[in-house]
Amino acid sequence: MSQPASLPLVASLLDAPLPASGIAWLDASRRENRAAFAAGGLPDARVEAWKYTALRGLGQRSFAGGDAAAATRVVDAAAFALPGVDGPRLVFVNGVFRADLSASDALPDGLSLQPLSQALRGDAEPLRFALSRPALVGHVREAADAFVRINAASAGDGVVLRVAARAQISAPVHLVFVGAAAEAELAWHARNVIELGEGASLSLVEHYVSSGEQAQLATLVSDIELREGARLHHTVLQNAALGANLIRRSGLRLHARAQALLHVLELGGALVRHDLQAELIGDEAQLHTRGAFMPHGRQHVDTQLAIRHQALNTTSTSNWRGVANDRARGVFRGAIVVAPGADGSDASLNNKNLLLSPTAEIDTKPELEIYADEVKAAHGATVGQLDERSLFYLRSRGIPLTEARALLTAAFCRAVLDDLPNKALREHLSGLLIAQLPA
Amino acid sequence: MLKIENLHARVEGKEILKGLSLTVNAGEVHAIMGPNGAGKSTLGHVLSGRDGYEVTAGTVTYNGIDLLALAPEERAATGVFLAFQYPVEIPGVNNTYFLRAALNAQRKVRGEKELDSMQFLKLVREKLKVMQISDELLHRAVNEGFSGGEKKRNEIFQMAVLEPQLAILDETDSGLDIDALKQVAQGVNTLRSPERAFLMITHYQRLLDYVVPDFVHVLADGRIVESGDKSLALKLEEHGYAGIAASHPAGSHQAGAVA
Repeated sequence: MSQPASLPLVASLLDAPLPASGIAWLDASRRENRAAFAAGGLPDARVEAWKYTALRGLGQRSFAGGDAAAATRVVDAAAFALPGVDGPRLVFVNGVFRADLSASDALPDGLSLQPLSQALRGDAEPLRFALSRPALVGHVREAADAFVRINAASAGDGVVLRVAARAQISAPVHLVFVGAAAEAELAWHARNVIELGEGASLSLVEHYVSSGEQAQLATLVSDIELREGARLHHTVLQNAALGANLIRRSGLRLHARAQALLHVLELGGALVRHDLQAELIGDEAQLHTRGAFMPHGRQHVDTQLAIRHQALNTTSTSNWRGVANDRARGVFRGAIVVAPGADGSDASLNNKNLLLSPTAEIDTKPELEIYADEVKAAHGATVGQLDERSLFYLRSRGIPLTEARALLTAAFCRAVLDDLPNKALREHLSGLLIAQLPA
Repeated sequence: MLKIENLHARVEGKEILKGLSLTVNAGEVHAIMGPNGAGKSTLGHVLSGRDGYEVTAGTVTYNGIDLLALAPEERAATGVFLAFQYPVEIPGVNNTYFLRAALNAQRKVRGEKELDSMQFLKLVREKLKVMQISDELLHRAVNEGFSGGEKKRNEIFQMAVLEPQLAILDETDSGLDIDALKQVAQGVNTLRSPERAFLMITHYQRLLDYVVPDFVHVLADGRIVESGDKSLALKLEEHGYAGIAASHPAGSHQAGAVA
């Protein structure tokens, strides 16, 4: 551990006033988490989970806490419009809910959707369990918790979403987090609590964008709980400005027969870290994750996927692609644990990567730990260049080398979108992938 | 149209073509036959510009220009087409998208107007009809999950759309059953024209029953050792490559060229 208070980042985050809720248990929890953050500081490279993502540079920077003008900052709604995504929407600007940009008045039956700030003004008791703990998922490594702690201390807003048992919500729900340029470089935080009741289904789009190019630090912690037989299609589009530092932690818990299909696109940001920790705690739960990270310039994008099979006949498939260009760095860790007793588990994980420049780097680390019987498990990771035979095939038909490279690279990434059910959204995301590629 | 003179080429340091000469004129269909390892596929790859083939001597002149100096995509734009022995599967790249990108890239180089998607679709529908290919193939990724026959037919279909001047078919008949072979041959015959030349590389004579060549050449040990008309293919069928090789011991024969 570094000497905590001496780091400008730690000092600046501790400098920000805690949000005051007037709820005794919540204020106490925030103070405790803040104290824990102050004592622990930032993880350094000796901590395995942060081995490939150094926080030295970020640690030397300061970010002002909170944005007093967040409620009035001008944000163009076109910045977050997405084809195929026209359901209820909550928009947060610098971590603060913006009713004027949101659309949550006429909600379908069975959907409850409100900002955390509002939920806490009503009956906060249902949130007590979620907000009293640093994170949903139990096997969190202690040392990685610095950002979760500062989030638990500082997040005054976020999403509270519940789908009632058996409710089928067809219109996708759009959660938008906008980082908007302010007078100073800002730190902001959001805490999301999402629960699908038994047999409920929902499509969710989690979306990160920026207004302006200013550097920021944002932490986002999400709990997603899927009760028996619930089904979630979850798409994450991270398209923040190149100055944005985003630290996200998603804890996903699947009860019996619950199914989650997740697509993640990491396009923007300066330093981006996403910890996705999933537990399959009910029999026959299924988790399917797909993602692409495409850092260029000097971007650093780190995805840490941890899936734990804890029940009988559970299934997980993971297919992730990375493409790094220029001096960018990608990091991927895919860890699957099949716990004792989780017999009949079927787990596969695949991470393929392309390096488009000799100075780009991708570190990938698949891990598999199996403690059960009759388990099917497969994992693989590769880092390479484009297939020469395919390149020649395209060129032999008249497609110039640069175009052939772009075509193959786009196809390589687009594979992760193949099973995204929302066609309009899929095509839009596919277009964003292609736009991200070098011309 | 194409004049190959004394071509020598190496792959991974090993000399494969050892002084090959051949002249092909517009409108002609030439069959290149020969045993495995004679250099047949190497010839196709050298002509289309694949990496890893080092030309150590000789020239290839195509319509008066030095073909070997051009990048593969430039060769394509000037009208050279290679139908692959093993067409590559390219997951994630739609067949139609790929073919339009290819055609438009070629048209751009030639200073012709690019086709929009409507114009392209119209062209493709015409060609599909002629090639007897279902349009379902168009919606799939390039060659992905195609059967052997579908892959070869897709090559011929691409050729029909791109309308090359010089088409090189590299063992297009290999791995095909008789029905698929007939379909492929019919596609090729449809494309025969006074402006277009074909170089058909094949191991077996049977393709030549359906696409009747004007000239047959025997390639052995990196050189053309005998040339003739279609009756040469029948002679080969009867005596085998060993019989031909016996009458042309290595080094004793100056590579034949057919004008």
